[in-house]
Amino acid sequence: MKKHLLAAVSAAAFLSTGAAFAADGPLKVGVLATLEGTYTVLGEDGVRGLRTAMAVRGPKAGGRDIELIIQSTDASPDSAVRGARKLVEQDKVDLVIGPLSGSEGIAIRDYSKTQPQVTFLNGISGAQETTYVTPSDNFFRFNTDGAQWSAGLGDYVFNEKGWETVATIGEDYSFIYTQVFGFALEYCQAGGEITERFWVPLGTKDFGSIIASLPDDVDAIYLGLGGGDAVNFLNQYQQAGGDANLIGGSIMVDGTVLNSKGDAKNALIGTPSAGPQADTWDDENWKTYVKAYQDAFPPDQRFPSPSLLATGYYNATTAAMTCLDEVGGDLSDGHAKFRSCLANLELDAPNGKITLDGNRQAVGANFVSEVAEQDDGTLVTKLVAIKENVPQTLGIDPEVFAKIGLPSRETPECKSSY
Amino acid sequence: MRDFASRHPVWTVIILLAVAVFIWLIFAQWPKELVDVIGRKKVFLNAVFNGITLGGLYFLVASGFTLIFGLMRNVNLAHGSLYLLGGYIGYFVASSTGFWLLAFPVAFVLVAIVGIFMQIFIFRRMEGQDLRQTLVTIGISIVMADLMLWGFGGDFYNISPPSWLSGPMETLFVTGVKRSSGELIYLKYPVVRVVIFLASVVIGVAMWLILNRTQIGMMIRAGVDDRDMLSATGARIQLVFVGVFAFGAGLAGIAGVVGGTFQSVAPGEDIRFLLASLVVVIVGGMGSITGAALGALLIGLAEQFGSVYFPTYAVVLTFLIMVLVLAFRPQGLMGRS
Repeated sequence: MKKHLLAAVSAAAFLSTGAAFAADGPLKVGVLATLEGTYTVLGEDGVRGLRTAMAVRGPKAGGRDIELIIQSTDASPDSAVRGARKLVEQDKVDLVIGPLSGSEGIAIRDYSKTQPQVTFLNGISGAQETTYVTPSDNFFRFNTDGAQWSAGLGDYVFNEKGWETVATIGEDYSFIYTQVFGFALEYCQAGGEITERFWVPLGTKDFGSIIASLPDDVDAIYLGLGGGDAVNFLNQYQQAGGDANLIGGSIMVDGTVLNSKGDAKNALIGTPSAGPQADTWDDENWKTYVKAYQDAFPPDQRFPSPSLLATGYYNATTAAMTCLDEVGGDLSDGHAKFRSCLANLELDAPNGKITLDGNRQAVGANFVSEVAEQDDGTLVTKLVAIKENVPQTLGIDPEVFAKIGLPSRETPECKSSY
Repeated sequence: MRDFASRHPVWTVIILLAVAVFIWLIFAQWPKELVDVIGRKKVFLNAVFNGITLGGLYFLVASGFTLIFGLMRNVNLAHGSLYLLGGYIGYFVASSTGFWLLAFPVAFVLVAIVGIFMQIFIFRRMEGQDLRQTLVTIGISIVMADLMLWGFGGDFYNISPPSWLSGPMETLFVTGVKRSSGELIYLKYPVVRVVIFLASVVIGVAMWLILNRTQIGMMIRAGVDDRDMLSATGARIQLVFVGVFAFGAGLAGIAGVVGGTFQSVAPGEDIRFLLASLVVVIVGGMGSITGAALGALLIGLAEQFGSVYFPTYAVVLTFLIMVLVLAFRPQGLMGRS
């Protein structure tokens, strides 16, 4: 009797997993986002971006229901791989959207090579290496990387602001290396000089001694911090009476920091920065997107306007759903048609048109902005300039670009030409 | 003191020399050669003071932890959650009333009440079963972390100190001489950190006095040494347990307000402070208040010096201290074997 029962149960289990693979069943989409640790707020807004896309396009794609499975990570590569393994090997998802953080992206790229039956769409991770070195055939990135996010900033602070020497402080991992890389290339070519680079571990809470060791003879300090680290830095910087000019990295002046509780964020007013979006852009597409984000969630469960992390997940989800519609939800050919649709897609994103290059890496617009205080006391990034169609090689000759080396603590050197 | 000197003459000389060098480093104007080797004096002084103030914060968290462990042999792994809860309470009190100081008593009392509930409804039911208690506290910490994430969201809360506490103040320590005028440059240091450090010293001294000079303290010390004997003498041991648990939890709550003021309150901080207090009490010796103070100071200094002088390995340094202590003095610096 017992044996029969077991056989029946296992047969049922087998049948039910089999059904999930049929084209008419629901489509399983796994989501990786940092919902714990220092980047919690960032991950939460990323998921909001994804849900906004589903609210705009409806719950179905290509005629199939979408079943979301959200998996939390903590910005460390091993947590991302662990999460992805759970999604792919246990939940048997068809697509993975994510991850959020730089080094997670590199790890997921490597993992994606071992799982060719699944398509990975990057959430918003922005390390250069992820798509620039040994790219993976089934890993697509619809956001520009950290170096592309710096496009326009170096020129602006040197030529418009007149800041000739800069010291940088950043979290010690791939995404911030990429950001400083992009900033340094442009700033040094414009004629600026980077005197010192400080690196702190991700998750540093007490910046007291690092603030004291910042040089006081530079024109400005570049801050490559994010999440809780950024808030802690600003808080302690104010307490120490710091008054240098600041330059913000992309996630330093993002909604996630500008909307934190308390006064620490006010140190950022007037800070120039660059990234894949600017809150006050008056483009119709952008405004529609902001409205959709605001409508999708009650005011106390979202930011006044979407952060760049929300935009990243929104774009990845939109791209996936557009192509699922195009192939009618049919992934039975090993995702071949779906992937070729993604590779050739011209995404009409809220933050400008996005296309993919040969490495499946986004080419898109970049926005230089300044932090401004609005009448109601909230802080936003105010648009200063837009740079269209920024490629991953930043407009430098690809061969020359390859010689500069991969972003790291000391790379690139600060030179006036490369 | 004299005993130590006569028994270990070499060590005494080494320690005195180290202290003398340290005092000279703090008060003297550094010659240029020294600056070339280890950097500016301002950086060094800041690392010293930041290490001490950070140690003050660690001491606040760890002293409650070590007190509870010493008396009840209960490793309360939910201690970090109590810290985080205190921080959130402090933020809401301070921002809604506008009185920063009010946040401390309110956080202390509310978190202490949570501690009383934990002691009465959970730990009393599994007295003496160390493993079960430890597992249950892990469970509680996970549940509390999720409840707080649900209630307060993942945002970063930053408790703003009143205006008289914000910004830097001038201290008496000279960091250098202006090249142009020959004027002395004095070290500027955040007021709020000084106040927080003084407060933790006051709390530490008060705790020491209560433990060593009052009848309640006598009971607690007796309980640490031999719980069964104490209850056999007729002391109401359960009441002492509840009191100590409440006090330890309340201290974690106060520490949360302090941490929220000069750092920030956010999910994940609970684990960080739990880990910090574990390291502190392992280094200092489980159950010893002076040990917690010494351990906190060491770990605070190690973190700050690490962060400026060898940033890549700063994290390792803390654990290196722990490894060394465990290797050569497994009961902790002040612990009794």
